[in-house]
Amino acid sequence: MSAAPKHDRYDVVVIGAGPAGLAATTMTADAGLSTLLLDENAGPGGQVWRAISSTPVKSEVLLGADYWSGAEIAKAARDSGAEIIHRATVWSLDRNLEIGVSVGGGSAFIKAKRVIIATGAQERPFPIPGWTLPGVMTAGAAQTMLKSSGLVPDCPTVLAGQGPLLWLLAAQILRLGGRIDRVLDTTPRANYIAALPHALAFLTSPYFGKGLAMMREVRAKVRVISGVTELAAAGDGKLESVTYVAGGKRETLPAELLLLHQGVVPNVNLAMAAGVEHRWNELQLCWTPVLDAFGNSSIPGIAIAGDGAGIGGAQAAVVRGRRAAGDAIKELRPQAEIIDLSAEMARAERGRAFLDVLFQPAKQFRMPQGDTIVCRCEEITAKDVLDSVAIGATGPNQLKAYRRTGMGPCQGRLCGLTVTELMAEARGKSPQEIGYYRLRAPVKPIMLSELASLPKDDEATKAVVRG
Amino acid sequence: MFKRAEGDARASVTIHVEGRAITAREGDTVSAALLASGLDVRRATAVSGAKRLPYCMMGVCFDCLVTIDGVGNRQGCLVPVAEGMQIEIQKGKREIGK
Amino acid sequence: MMKDYDVAVVGGGLLGSAIAWGLGRLGQRVAVLDEGDIAKRASRANFALVWVQSKGLGMPAYTGWTVRGSKAWPKLAEELKAQTGLDVVLQQNGGFHLTLGEAEYEQRTQLVARMHNQVGAADYQMEMMSATEVKKMLPLIGPEVSGGSFCPYDGHVNSLRTFRALHAGMKRFGVDYLPERAVSAITRDGDEFRLTTAQGEIRAAKVVLAAGNANETLAPMVGLSAPMGPTRGQIVVTERTMPFLPHPLTTIRQTDEGTVMIGDSKEDELDDRVQNHPINAVMSDRAQRTFPHLARLNVVRSWSGIRVMPKDGFPIYEQSQTHPGAFVACCHSGVTLAANHAFEIARMVKEGALEPELVGAFTAKRFENAAGVGGSGYY
Repeated sequence: MSAAPKHDRYDVVVIGAGPAGLAATTMTADAGLSTLLLDENAGPGGQVWRAISSTPVKSEVLLGADYWSGAEIAKAARDSGAEIIHRATVWSLDRNLEIGVSVGGGSAFIKAKRVIIATGAQERPFPIPGWTLPGVMTAGAAQTMLKSSGLVPDCPTVLAGQGPLLWLLAAQILRLGGRIDRVLDTTPRANYIAALPHALAFLTSPYFGKGLAMMREVRAKVRVISGVTELAAAGDGKLESVTYVAGGKRETLPAELLLLHQGVVPNVNLAMAAGVEHRWNELQLCWTPVLDAFGNSSIPGIAIAGDGAGIGGAQAAVVRGRRAAGDAIKELRPQAEIIDLSAEMARAERGRAFLDVLFQPAKQFRMPQGDTIVCRCEEITAKDVLDSVAIGATGPNQLKAYRRTGMGPCQGRLCGLTVTELMAEARGKSPQEIGYYRLRAPVKPIMLSELASLPKDDEATKAVVRG
Repeated sequence: MFKRAEGDARASVTIHVEGRAITAREGDTVSAALLASGLDVRRATAVSGAKRLPYCMMGVCFDCLVTIDGVGNRQGCLVPVAEGMQIEIQKGKREIGK
Repeated sequence: MMKDYDVAVVGGGLLGSAIAWGLGRLGQRVAVLDEGDIAKRASRANFALVWVQSKGLGMPAYTGWTVRGSKAWPKLAEELKAQTGLDVVLQQNGGFHLTLGEAEYEQRTQLVARMHNQVGAADYQMEMMSATEVKKMLPLIGPEVSGGSFCPYDGHVNSLRTFRALHAGMKRFGVDYLPERAVSAITRDGDEFRLTTAQGEIRAAKVVLAAGNANETLAPMVGLSAPMGPTRGQIVVTERTMPFLPHPLTTIRQTDEGTVMIGDSKEDELDDRVQNHPINAVMSDRAQRTFPHLARLNVVRSWSGIRVMPKDGFPIYEQSQTHPGAFVACCHSGVTLAANHAFEIARMVKEGALEPELVGAFTAKRFENAAGVGGSGYY
């Protein structure tokens, strides 16, 4: 078991040990600031460099150079002198920069002068019919298993969706001898035209060459269907088949594993629970925090770096982590010299607009209909959501009162975006007007005994114990 | 569903699923080990009893909930396996005392 | 927007919805004007008890009103089910207030004695029980539980589903639910009231103010008063677990879904966006001492809500003398008293007169010379 934090106060607490968090940690610790890095996973790397220090897939070519670029950054953080705690769950953060963290079944509150949230992204919900069936997983889930355990599919397997990760995963599965029966590409055809104005920047970005090579590698081995406009999983108690429509033609494939992916979106729960202002991002179709150039949020002392600040990818995350760290150093060590990173930032963000437009998911894959489940925890369907709008639900929070959406253990992570967009469409409003769930601590479940063991005072007792 | 790629040199770890011994590898999460085991490890939800398997494997979806060493509703995708670990597949709501 | 209504109800929470549903049930044309998604809503934050014990110390009439509401609840639950198909899972097999340690037990014993000695209050058979007696009914209590009081009339309900059922039912009765229409002004024009909202004006022959703590500012617009003294309450909720708690407690209840709600604080702080961590610690600690097996359950959420609370804790029901047809209704116990609001208050509003024998004690005139009647309407 990991040990609890050694102190109850730090100059800087970084939350999340992915690209942004590792880069930020190294910089603030190197500058002599007492730095604590808290991370939920067993080792550093976040999602993109998952299991970077422990993967059984040792051959460099199998996981690719982008993956292994994380090794050096993870090592730098380890050597920086920062206190790093893995398997630590940050379940609370408030405007006083007080952090509730659970480690090894015990919880504590710690205070920071600066907090850098680097909790990254999660995959966008992909609510198609049957997406709760056993055997339907995200592409990211398969990639996690591949990186950390060297596990690859060996049953009838379909990959469906769009975006760079889908192709990367397909290539990696094939390189490791795994099975893929078909790739279903859901990129809307119209997006290719919409993305054209951004194409020049993309063509000169590092994404272009790599992306093309990977798609070629996959197409050489697997049948790829483009222009998929409908998708459904079916089976009795587990996935048995995948049905899709492409070019007006419907086909059903037997399948035991369906890996879904339509991009990633910021992990907003901790930041929103802390009260950080977010706005609807019309391009990325998700909530992104309102930040200044250094990643500072609407709450003084809380910065957000990495994909949590808006999807930018691993390279941008590293730069954003350093920028947030630089700003913390500037405040806490005014004599320190801070390097200007704006040129690096521009380079890292080059080509992003093209990807955002090209891989904007189609409406039918974001806004399900009828009996398709929206809230996986409470098993609430699209029809249930619309019925609630019909009797008066104006937004996600009234919907909770009617239907308990977002009240299960995942706390809206897999239904929130869908609910906002469905309600916006039903009410003829923008997602910004509809809003999001009000999120509250604990943002990840913790045991009652942990809450019970935290500091109490007489005033609190008086507020609770009444004749 | 899943197989192990060649060249995995990690040490073996034995865990028990509903009393049955399975071999995992050091560094596997409980969920990865269960999915690699080939056993039927579908849980039943606390709401309708519908069958589920892990969906996200990164701590987000809570579809990997499992009873580990007598403690229910743990996120199997975030817990590394340990020698002798006792796993029970959850059937509906968390039981009293688990 | 021009439309004629018999009644405009200001506030679409449990109290306003219950009255509006009741008026719709009587064939009235009703509009409910409500705020939007982010409003201070006790209807979303409440603890969902249908509760009798220890209510009314200092005002016997409140005890009677509460017992009446409790007894009428099954009828409300049945009608809602018949109308909407929604089961609000009313359970009224008695409830506990458990004590930890001897001092709390003594204090509770004295309270129960004071309640019994109150002249003119309805007898609702609240009695003290020893730990041994409690254990027969709640086998999982821990060794620190010293006993507690039990009242056979107490119970609980799924209050969120009640809220939804009332709204679904309003729709079926033809009630117009108009959200995102906070009322900024109310004037009388001849026989009708005009209610100003950002989305236009609503006209109605009568108006019922059911806007919770906001009644304090709305009431003077129609010659009424509603002195409020809101407090904040914090609640912790766990994941679903198998049923273990056959009776609700004042501070712990298991919902029909299986989650365990742990409440609740009474604080002067009125910001519902922040949490008081020490209070969560005290509540969680007491919950696990009461039921030790809860210690390992996961908490999935905690929240705070602002209680609707008339200044002295007792309800206010009043019709305006200067603006006949304008009513104010507010109380803390929107869940417990829902049936009274749906059946009694709705009927009285339709008929145009509050009945003194039922609700005369709840006039706001009691605040004119003092801070109310003293005592507390809240347990």
